[in-house]
Order: sequence, then C-alpha cells, then structure tokens
Amino acid sequence: MKQYTNVIDRPLSKGKQEVSLSGFAFLFSELVQYNQTQVDNITQLETRLEDAGYAVGARILELLCHREKGNRRETRLLGILSFVHSTVWKVLFGKVADSLEKGTEHEDEYMISEKELLVNRFISIPKDMGAFNCGAFVAGIVRGVLENAGFQAVVTAHFVPVEGQQRPRTTILIKFAEEVLRREARLG
Amino acid sequence: MASTACFMIVSRNDIPIYEAEVGTAPKKEDAAHQHQFILHAALDIVQDLAWTTSAMFLKSIDRFNDLVVSVYVTAGHTRLMLLHDSRNDDGIKSFFQEVHELYIKILLNPLYLPGSRITSSHFDTKVRALARKYL
Repeated sequence: MKQYTNVIDRPLSKGKQEVSLSGFAFLFSELVQYNQTQVDNITQLETRLEDAGYAVGARILELLCHREKGNRRETRLLGILSFVHSTVWKVLFGKVADSLEKGTEHEDEYMISEKELLVNRFISIPKDMGAFNCGAFVAGIVRGVLENAGFQAVVTAHFVPVEGQQRPRTTILIKFAEEVLRREARLG
Repeated sequence: MASTACFMIVSRNDIPIYEAEVGTAPKKEDAAHQHQFILHAALDIVQDLAWTTSAMFLKSIDRFNDLVVSVYVTAGHTRLMLLHDSRNDDGIKSFFQEVHELYIKILLNPLYLPGSRITSSHFDTKVRALARKYL
C-alpha cells in the first residue's frame, strides 16, 4: 500500500470497504461501557452517545454529498430525509432503512424504523435501565446530518414492541424545529 | 493569476476558519482588512441564496468597485468565499471544487473539531498552489 506523508495527499475513500461486524460490536460496546462510567443517570448516557453520533453525522453529510451526490446540496425537507433514509443508511449499515414515515399526530414529526438496528443487534437492556436505547448513537448521527444541512431537529430513539416478535423494533423519531417548517412552506 | 484575490473559509457558525491573501499584488495592511469587511458583508446574501438552489457553486453574488465576490456553499453550510478582480468562472469553480475536497479531508480527521480554525500548514500550501494554478 502506498504511504502518504499527509492525509491531505491521500485520495478520498471510495467507500467500498466494509468492517467486520464483530469488530464493530466490540468497539461499540466499549463506547457504551466507557460512557456508562462517566454518568449518573440514563439521560446523561443517552446524551453522551448522541454527541458521539453527532460528530459522525456532521462528517458523513459532507463526505456523502461530495461522493454520492456529485456536489449537490439538499435544500428540501423530503430530500434530506430520503438522503438519510437511503444514502446515509446504505453507507453506514449496508442497506436502506426499513421505513420512513410521517407522524400521524404531528405535522413536524417523521419516523425512521428499523426491525433490527445494527448497533442494537447484540445488545439487550437490563430491566433497571428502563427505556434506555443504544440507538441514541444513531439518533445522534441523524441529528448531525440534519442540523449541519440546516434542518434543526430533535432526534430520539425508541423501542417499539412488535406483535409476535420477541425483539422490539427501533424507531428514530425526528421532530423538526418550527423555523425549518416555516422555511419549507416559504420555498413552496 | 489575478492581481487581487482574498480567499476565506467561513464555518456554519459564521466564524472564519481559514484566510489567505492569494493575489500577486503587493500586500497592504489596510487592503486586507477591507477585503475581510467586504467578504463578511456578503454573508447575508449567501444565506438567502443558499436556499434557492441545490448547486454548491453560487457564482459571483456581490461586487465592490472592481472586486467581485464568488461563493461556494458546501453540504454542511461551510462557505468558501473568494474576492477577486478577474473574470474566470471556470477557473474559480475548479479552484473551489478542489479546495472543497481538501476541506473534506481535514473535516474527516476525528481530531479536528468541526468549525474550528484550520491550522494545517500542508492545507495552506495546497490552497496557495491551487490558487496559482486556477486563478
């Protein structure tokens, strides 16, 4: 392999390589365990995982718009959502997300659902940790992509039980800020 | 190469993270301040224009006497701004695209905090070389 003296000289990755799932699972479990030692409660733990994901999202947006979209920016709400649902998911998890839906009760809510989220595959939550979901990391990634593209939003991860299935599915709930919807209405 | 050119990268929080005078004209202290001022004044126009198109290169968006401001907005709303006195849209576009790629490489470094100053001397050398090549 050719050696480069500086990262700036190295060509950008084409994104064809994959990493081993067990390797990733180990690393992610360490991330969770380390953060667990730094916090007092579940909310703080989720915030820390989310922040870790945010940094990934901010970078992946810039990289993918350059590599996969030929230097086009997303300026519309549905455009950026389908970018997250298909392009981002495919690069990070090797497949598009199972579903992207609009919330039925609120106009500003969207949901990305995944039967078996990659980060949750080898994770079971102890009973005493309540509603904690390691998908907070993925929620952070989604928030990183959205906010950096100019779509301020609150993103959270939830378990939703499925009938006849032992494992619940994970839903990433996206609630956009008011100003985003106002701008969307103005753009028509 | 253009006689006057000032290049600046502005983060999404409106903080300049990289600046370079890349023209051939002899450097004057007050001119550099004036260039900064003109570029900052153009930020408002960029904010409005950025939402009307999905293209990253916004071409020339503002002028001051014989100086023109060209802007390139990345996906993460980092703005590459160039103040110049030459008319060479194609060269400027290529310049922006190559600097954008350099910026992505800087950004992908996990130790670089998005929105902080770019201090890499390697980056600086590369940008100046690109300016000589395209502007």
